Order: sequence, then C-alpha cells, then structure tokens
Amino acid sequence: MDKKISSKKMLKEMMAEHYSDALKRKAEGKPVVWATSIIPQELMEALDIAVVYPENHAAAIGARKDAPVFINHAEANGYSVDICSYARVNMAYADILESEAENIPIPDMILSGSNICCTAIKWYENIAKKFNIPMVLIDSPFNMSYDVSAESVKYIRKQIENAITQLEKLAGRKMDYDRLKEVMKVSNENAIWWKKATDLLANKPSPTNGFDMFNYMAPIVCLRGNEKGTRLFKTWYEELQANVDNGVGPWQDQEEKYRVLWDGIACWPYLKDTYVKLKSNGINVVTSTYPESWTLLYEVGDLDSMARAYGGLYVLRSIDYITDRLSALATGFKVDGIVFHSNRSCKGMDFKQFEIARRLESKFGVKYVFFDGDQTDPSTFSLAQYETRIQALVEMMEGNRQREVHGI
Amino acid sequence: MSQVQDLIGALSGAGKNPKETVLDEMKRTGKKAVGCFPIYVPEEIIHAAGLLPVGLWGGNTEFKEADKYFQSFCCSIMRANVEQGIRGTYDMLSAVVITSYCDTLRAVLVNWPVAVPNMKTIPMILPQNRIEPAAVEFMLEKFEIFRGEMESISGIKATESMLEESFGLYERYRAAMRDFTELAGTHPKTVNAVDRHYVIKAGYFMDKEAYTEKIEQINTCLKGMPDEKAGAKVVLTGLLAEPENFLELLAENGIGVAADDLAQESRQFRTKSRPDGSVFERIAYRYMDLRGCTFFYEEMKARGQMLIDMVKQSGADGILVCMYKFCDPEEFDYPVYKKEVEAAQIPMLYLEIEQQMDSVEQLRTRIQSFKEMIM
Repeated sequence: MDKKISSKKMLKEMMAEHYSDALKRKAEGKPVVWATSIIPQELMEALDIAVVYPENHAAAIGARKDAPVFINHAEANGYSVDICSYARVNMAYADILESEAENIPIPDMILSGSNICCTAIKWYENIAKKFNIPMVLIDSPFNMSYDVSAESVKYIRKQIENAITQLEKLAGRKMDYDRLKEVMKVSNENAIWWKKATDLLANKPSPTNGFDMFNYMAPIVCLRGNEKGTRLFKTWYEELQANVDNGVGPWQDQEEKYRVLWDGIACWPYLKDTYVKLKSNGINVVTSTYPESWTLLYEVGDLDSMARAYGGLYVLRSIDYITDRLSALATGFKVDGIVFHSNRSCKGMDFKQFEIARRLESKFGVKYVFFDGDQTDPSTFSLAQYETRIQALVEMMEGNRQREVHGI
Repeated sequence: MSQVQDLIGALSGAGKNPKETVLDEMKRTGKKAVGCFPIYVPEEIIHAAGLLPVGLWGGNTEFKEADKYFQSFCCSIMRANVEQGIRGTYDMLSAVVITSYCDTLRAVLVNWPVAVPNMKTIPMILPQNRIEPAAVEFMLEKFEIFRGEMESISGIKATESMLEESFGLYERYRAAMRDFTELAGTHPKTVNAVDRHYVIKAGYFMDKEAYTEKIEQINTCLKGMPDEKAGAKVVLTGLLAEPENFLELLAENGIGVAADDLAQESRQFRTKSRPDGSVFERIAYRYMDLRGCTFFYEEMKARGQMLIDMVKQSGADGILVCMYKFCDPEEFDYPVYKKEVEAAQIPMLYLEIEQQMDSVEQLRTRIQSFKEMIM
C-alpha cells in the first residue's frame, strides 16, 4: 500500500480544491454564498451550495503580505483604519476581485452570524448592498447568564429555519432533512476530531507547535461539514498521537522549554517573525482561545441544540464563563505564560484581555505579556516591541520556574 | 429675556449639568434613578415602575481607571462611562442598564460587573435581526424579565395600566421632540446649535413628564414666532454631537442645525409607535420599525437616502458627519452613505470628534471653509 499522505499535504490540496471548486461552480452558474467563519455551514453543505469564507480569504491575503493593496483601497473609499482589517481587505477585494493569494467568486447571498462579532453585521450589510444580493443574518444575543438562555435558543433557531428557507430559494430545491442529519453528524464528528487533535497539545512535550495549529484553522472553517474534513482531522490526530507515543516534541532542533497560551488571532503578516522569536526561546504555543470556537457539538437532528451551540461562543459569554474556560485551558495545557495579541481588528476579544490576564495571574500565577498587532494590517505591529515583550515573558516564566525549583 | 429664551436657557442648563439635574429630579419626584447606557433602552418600563431613567452618554473625563479594562483604541463614550462608574459619579443610581449593540458594549457587559461591583447591573439585550418575527417574541420575553428587575428596585408594580400610561407619556414626549427639532430647524437663531443639543440632552436627566411640558411650551412659543434665517443650515449625523466647543464653532459661524440623524438625538424619537398591540409589543415594534440607525442590522442600508431626504425636507445646505473615533458601526456606515450623498451632490463635511477634545482649533478652519462653500 502507498505511504499515507500527510495531513499537511492533504490540507494544502483540500484548501486549493475548496477555492477552485467555488470558482468552478460560479462559472457553471451555480450560486455561491459568502459566510462568516462560525456559521451553521451544515445548511449549505446539505443543500450542496458553494460557500466561501471571506475571513479565511483575508487571512490568506494577510499571510502572503498582500493586504496593504486592499487596505489602501478601502481607505481611499472612506473606511477608517480603526475597523477590522479582515473586513477592509474583503470589502476592497469585492471591488478589485483579484488577489495573488487566492481568488473567490462573487457572492449570490450572504449568510452572516453575529455570534462571532457585531462587526460581521455591518461588514456584510455593506457587501450585500454593494452586490445587491440578499443577506441572511443569524443574530446571537450576548449571554449575561452563565448559559445560553431559552429565549436566545428559540430566537436563533427561528433564524436558522429562516436561513433554510432562504437557502432553499437560492438552491432552487427543498432541504432534504435526512441529508441535513448526515451533515450534522459529520460536522459533529469533525468537531470531535478537531478537539481531540488540538487537545493532544496538552501533552508534555506537545506533539506539535501551536503555529501549526493555526494552519488547521482554515480547514476547520471551510471543511467542517464534509468527509474531507473528517479525513484530514483524523489523520492530523493520528500523526499527533504518534508523536505523543514516540515522545516527539514540537521541534527536532529545539526543546519545548516553555508552554504558552496565545490569546487572539495570529498576526498573519508576521507569522514567521512571531514564531521564530518564540521558538528561539523554546516557547511553544500549546493552546489558544480559538480552537474551542469550532468545537461545536450538539444533538444531531436537533435545531434547538444546534442553535445553543452556535449561540454559546466564547465572545458571547459573561466574565464568569470566560474565566472558567481560560482557567481550564491554562491548567489543562499546563501553560507557563500567556501571550495576549492586542489585535487592533478584534475589539470583542481585546477588551476582555486585561481582566482575564489579571484573573489568571492571581489564580495560577501565570505570567503574561501583551503586544500590539493586527490580524492582517501590517502597520500596527512592531517587531522590536514584540521581541522585548517576549523577552520579558521569558524572564518572568524563568523566575516562576526558579521559584518552583528552589521553593522560594 | 423672553419666555422662550428663559425656557430654553433653563433646559439647556439642565442638560449641561447632568449630576445636579438628576439629583434635583430625584428629590423633586422622590424617585430612585436607573442609569441607561446607549443606544436604546425601553425607558417606558423603567418609568412605569416608578423610577427615573437617566441616560449615560460619557462625559469629558480623564481616563485612568477605565484603562485597566480597555485598550486605548476603545470608544471614548464607553471608556468615560466605565471611568465614571468606577469613580463613583453614578453612585446616586440604584442600577445601571447595559445594552449590547456593538462589540464594545458586549465587552462592557463583561467588564462592568468587575469594575463597578457595587452597582446593580442589568443587561438589556435587544435582537439585531429586525426581519425575523421571532425577534419580537425575544424582546417580549426580555421586557418581562426587565419589568421584574425594575419592580424589584422600586418596590412598585408596573401594572398594565401604568405601562400604558408611561408609554402614552413617552409617545407624547417623542411627538414633542419631533416638533421641537423641526421648529429648532426653522428658528436657528433662537435655538442655536449649542442650546438645541443641551435642550435635547436634558431629557436624559429629567422626569419625562416635567420635561415634556417644558418642551411643549417651547414649541408653542416657537410656533408663534416667524421663521429665522441662519447663515447656513446643516444636518448632523453620527453618534452624538459633542463636545460643547465644537457646537460653539457652529453657533459662532452662524450655522444652524436644520435636522439631525444622531443616535443621541432624533434616532431616539423619530420613529412613531404602531397603534395596536400590548405596550410591550408597541415598544418592540418601534425598534423593529426604526430605520437608518447603524446600531441595528438593516438590509440594504437606508441611511444614505434618508440623509438625502432629510436635507431636502429641512432645507439644509449640507451634512456634517460627527464621527466618534473607534465607533465601528458608524465607521462602517460612512463610506456607504458618503457615496450616495456625493452622488446626490450634497456637500458633506467629515469631522472626527471626541468629548475629551480640549481644543477644536483644527476644526475651526474646516468648519469655516465648509460654511463658505455651502452658503
């Protein structure tokens, strides 16, 4: 039998196929939806409608350092530099329609979820207006209570039902609810493989480096509802498990000396710079607030349960809930420190970081640093500041370690 | 001074001194007060429970305590509210109602209970999806919970008839405000930009009954006066139009406010209630029917055309964009309506303002040139 294809290779091929397939379908006159990254993609998968995710696309553009062209274009159109750079890149892409990173077809419908942020509402209103296409919103209320309230579940469920009706019109056929059930099953399975794989990073040493995990975020967004995703995440899990079994750490040429939690999205234009500085100090990112966002688990065939899962994301939760989740990550992944990416694009995440940092330090003595950056806009990040902050973190973590060793 | 000037002066003074006004009103009415964060809170329910709703729209404060919770790129209104909450400025309030119209407000909901632990915090989570009928059901359930919260603060039952009475009062207030803003537009000398703003703002600190009576008196006076001609007239759009020295620049340059599309002003009262349904349904449908406000999702964004219509109807010469830095929803809307307003060949001036601006010198020249251009 042929040697098994690696998950990394699979990822590359599947993502390329994801984009080319959407373009191909558009060329054939089939409808395309632009959607936010944590949306009931199950609906479109079940109706066989092509979906692309502008956040992923913008991240790909950012990672290739191509964002400035789009950012400048958006600014010339009146978009403030203060708003989300994914949105700015995408709104400019909607004009330019050409990027060296990837190309995506223009949409026939928007499916936007406010569960990731309120920004997703304003951004896609603008896109829908520009292309004069329908926008379907699945709005998720903020949860002040610890859990998602019954009235929120009802409201979200009704919107999912409305989304089904709108998508049926777009597809020109009715939803096959048996098929939807199958897709829900696959989506849950993929979420479980995703969780199992990312949970393996809790091992000491961690079987991979967390920046590698960032790469798998693209497929968990784009392939969460299909069998390709299952193949990919299962393979990734098996590779990581093999590393754990063989005691293989994140690097061949470097020991995992410190383990950190990375809060916030990666700084895509400086992915290499941010990674290299960490690695040179033996710092491995073992977890982040992001992986859990796609661990969407619910009862297959139950739209209420699905609504509760999508309406219960981290960014929609109270201080008590997010403290508990972060505490579980800090202890479960045995982290020595936290790197907070003060990401100019993501106010919803940023404006909780200070309090979370204080809480985790006082509860567990975990050290932390902040650095200024942005997920796509290269102008906010300063390598010198980043390096100084990481150096400071190393010293603090080392201080903690010495105290543990010497009991002082 | 004439009667109208006395009335305007009194309300303008009340609007300029929030704390004193609120304390006076609490004493006068014997009511407990409840603070309301922007953008929209169903004040009628608070009023029906025998409480005084008070608007919390930032303030010219230095940031120190709030910096422990928010990075510097956070909206200054929210930073000011949190700062003032921590410093005890709001200590006379029995509770604070916090909404969730944007990502920053969601983050305030996370931080406030920690930052101001001794203040009772009540969330008012309104749905964004106004196409979805289930949004109304959601609101009705939230309003019922909210009614209970308010009753527990005041110890007074907000019965159906009290709700009906309060809603009726608020409809009267909103109608009076619509009249007032129209009359202020036709009387820009008697009601200059500064007074117009503070007269409207006073409504956030006074009991609505006494306040509405005063506004109705002003309206009666203005109706009896001939229309006045300003050097130029503008429509204001944005979150709010402060600080005062910015508005003084308008007054100094003889620029009157023909109409406004400000979240703090006309968006609060420009939408009429539907005639039928329970009080909660009428409150809910007012939110469902509100158009052109960036804090609610709106398919096909009507704001640009609304601004164009507003300019035409009010006889304004142009539009002034009052942009609060780091207000994402407003910043997202701007390029869209800018395109439409430009296509309609209406002059528009974009100004970035903050309540904490000490100097408006940079704005002075721009406002002067704009006035020359539109006159």
